[in-house]
Amino acid sequence: MDNIAGTKSSLGWAVNIAVVAMVLLWIIPTVGLLVSSFRDRDAISASGWWLAPFATEQSYRARAGAEGVPDGDAFVVTGNIFDEAGATGSLSAFGVRGRAPGEFPVGTVADLGDGETLTMQANGDYEFRTPEEPDGRGQRIYFLAETPPDFTLENYDTVLGAGGMAQAFINTLTVTIPATIIPILVAAFAAYALAWMEFPLRGVLIALVVGLLVVPLQLALVPLLSFHTQTASFLNWLFDPDAIFNETSDLWVGDYEGRSFVGVWLAHTGFGLPLAIYLLRNYMVGLPRDIIENARVDGATEFQIFTKVILPLSFPALASFAIFQFLWTWNDLLVAKVFLPDGDAAMVMTRKIADDLLGSRGGDWGILAGAAFVSIAVPLLVFFTMQRYLVRGLLAGSVK
Amino acid sequence: MPPVLQGLITIVLGVGGCVGYFYLSNLVLDRFIFPAKGPNAGRNINRANMVRPWLFIFPAFAALGLYLAYPVVGSFIRSLYGRNPDEFVGLGNYMWLFSDGEFRQAVLNNILWAIVVPAGATFFGLIAAQLTDRLSWGNIAKSLIFMPMAISFVGASLIWKFVYANDADIGIVNAFRAWAFDADPIDPMQIPFWNNFFLMFILIWIQTGFAMVILSAALRGIPEETVEAAIVDGAKPLDIFFKIKVPQIMPTIVVVWTTITILVLKIFDIVYTMTGGNFGTQILPSYMFEFMFRDDGRATAVAFVIMLIVTPVMVWNIIQARKEMR
Repeated sequence: MDNIAGTKSSLGWAVNIAVVAMVLLWIIPTVGLLVSSFRDRDAISASGWWLAPFATEQSYRARAGAEGVPDGDAFVVTGNIFDEAGATGSLSAFGVRGRAPGEFPVGTVADLGDGETLTMQANGDYEFRTPEEPDGRGQRIYFLAETPPDFTLENYDTVLGAGGMAQAFINTLTVTIPATIIPILVAAFAAYALAWMEFPLRGVLIALVVGLLVVPLQLALVPLLSFHTQTASFLNWLFDPDAIFNETSDLWVGDYEGRSFVGVWLAHTGFGLPLAIYLLRNYMVGLPRDIIENARVDGATEFQIFTKVILPLSFPALASFAIFQFLWTWNDLLVAKVFLPDGDAAMVMTRKIADDLLGSRGGDWGILAGAAFVSIAVPLLVFFTMQRYLVRGLLAGSVK
Repeated sequence: MPPVLQGLITIVLGVGGCVGYFYLSNLVLDRFIFPAKGPNAGRNINRANMVRPWLFIFPAFAALGLYLAYPVVGSFIRSLYGRNPDEFVGLGNYMWLFSDGEFRQAVLNNILWAIVVPAGATFFGLIAAQLTDRLSWGNIAKSLIFMPMAISFVGASLIWKFVYANDADIGIVNAFRAWAFDADPIDPMQIPFWNNFFLMFILIWIQTGFAMVILSAALRGIPEETVEAAIVDGAKPLDIFFKIKVPQIMPTIVVVWTTITILVLKIFDIVYTMTGGNFGTQILPSYMFEFMFRDDGRATAVAFVIMLIVTPVMVWNIIQARKEMR
């Protein structure tokens, strides 16, 4: 249709501009946080992230040295203020009162009263003259300096070390991988039966799966947590009937907990199954009937047909479900909050951010931004490398 | 034992157990119970084929039953008991909920969410799908609009907390206000009523990509002739879009709309992370979590209310699915 006169030229520009605007609106929030994760705390509060590539003017506070050199009837203190303040940049103005840090332009001789004068250069060199020998503490100096753009990996360092995100990352991985792999296999067998085997109640079971697709997770939390707790105490009793009365501490025998990794894997498996069965069945139904019939005629058992014919052919659908389930379990907060024990040893990243870092480091945007990007780096990678399968899965699940 | 090792063992046990179950159960069925040889070979094969589907679906449906079907009943029963699981209160928890102002607020907000978010996401998705359709860089644009789908709700909340930050040097919203209107910074999360919409926009931002991908495929499926005929008849681009294209993809729009509606009713993370339900932004899932671990009776009652709200969508989905199968 591109060649139909009038459709392209008149609207082309408007469409391009509209799409650019929309894309910008959609990526700017993420870019903002990404840029901020590379800036230190002072830079973040001094200027917006959109100014990060440019030099910023910040005010600093430092003390001049206390060693005066006699010069005639006065004492002179010289030095470099950037060394004293531990900063770099280009000085633009200075002062001696916190309320007016930029009272005097750079290069001028400032009269501070009582015969004291102070002069400062752009490179930070200062000369302080005073009629009396300086006492133990040097003169308080405020100054404004242009700081060149400064990007740092410090936030990531803090987040992964003291922030505990490294441990949380491993925990998230520990939750995600079994919770992605186990439902695939279970669902694939069921999907094959629902797609290609004839048996009574098949239609009802498919309807049941469709219905369970929308059951809210919230409903499952309380009954299942109590089920897990009861199972755990039953196992404890089974392995060591006395353990209820005396503490033992071997994770596999006698010390089962209601809230555990095993519990979270099972919960994610259960919650992921309806979508898995639905997606895989829809895909398998579309496979050519001839292939399956031929295999049957050739004497293959149903089990062989499934493993040798259906599974390899269903790879795209398996991949798209795997991506869904991976993203879902990686990004989940609710299930982890309910089914995993409290404490750092089992804290996943979403929970670390929402419950821990936002509370304890609420104002420290550099740290929060770093933590957020540690947590979304892997999903973004998966997303951009396997987008094809994700899109295919979405389409199989929603459009007929 | 460290959880990582435990995880590896679980993968091996889980996958091995599944394969072992399916393989061995089929083997037992074909070799020992109904062997395909001897005088009754034909009858045995038929019988084995009647049993086999149940072997295939058993693990999946056992898990579904335990993890999704049983909780519907279990939650309802639990909601009839008080904080103490032995104390039967009948509909007491529900009565209490309906008398609670915060609950009514949460229901109202949830209704707003369930209207605004699907409408917004579908609308933006449709626009994005149509506009990017014939652009040379359309696929890149789509990828970027789709990207928030991969970000966790917690991560997205943090991203937007930053956008909304109450400081013109941090939050771009306040920076824009300062630049354009010379206005003092405000905290969008504390503006009564409208703060709900600022929260909803986060979910719209996430879900637009989903709507766009599906609607884009639907738009491409429209027969070219219908559009060409309209052009020949002198229809304007806007007319073609709203009068020719949109009506043809209406069924897909409905599917996208309902899918997002269901999602909206489950989302707990955004409100929990952004406001904790304060400033009049409470919704049912985050309201429920206030009672989780404290009062299971009330928590399950809230969950069951969510279930009741979802039920019509569920029934409609099942009817549609059955129609398609025929």
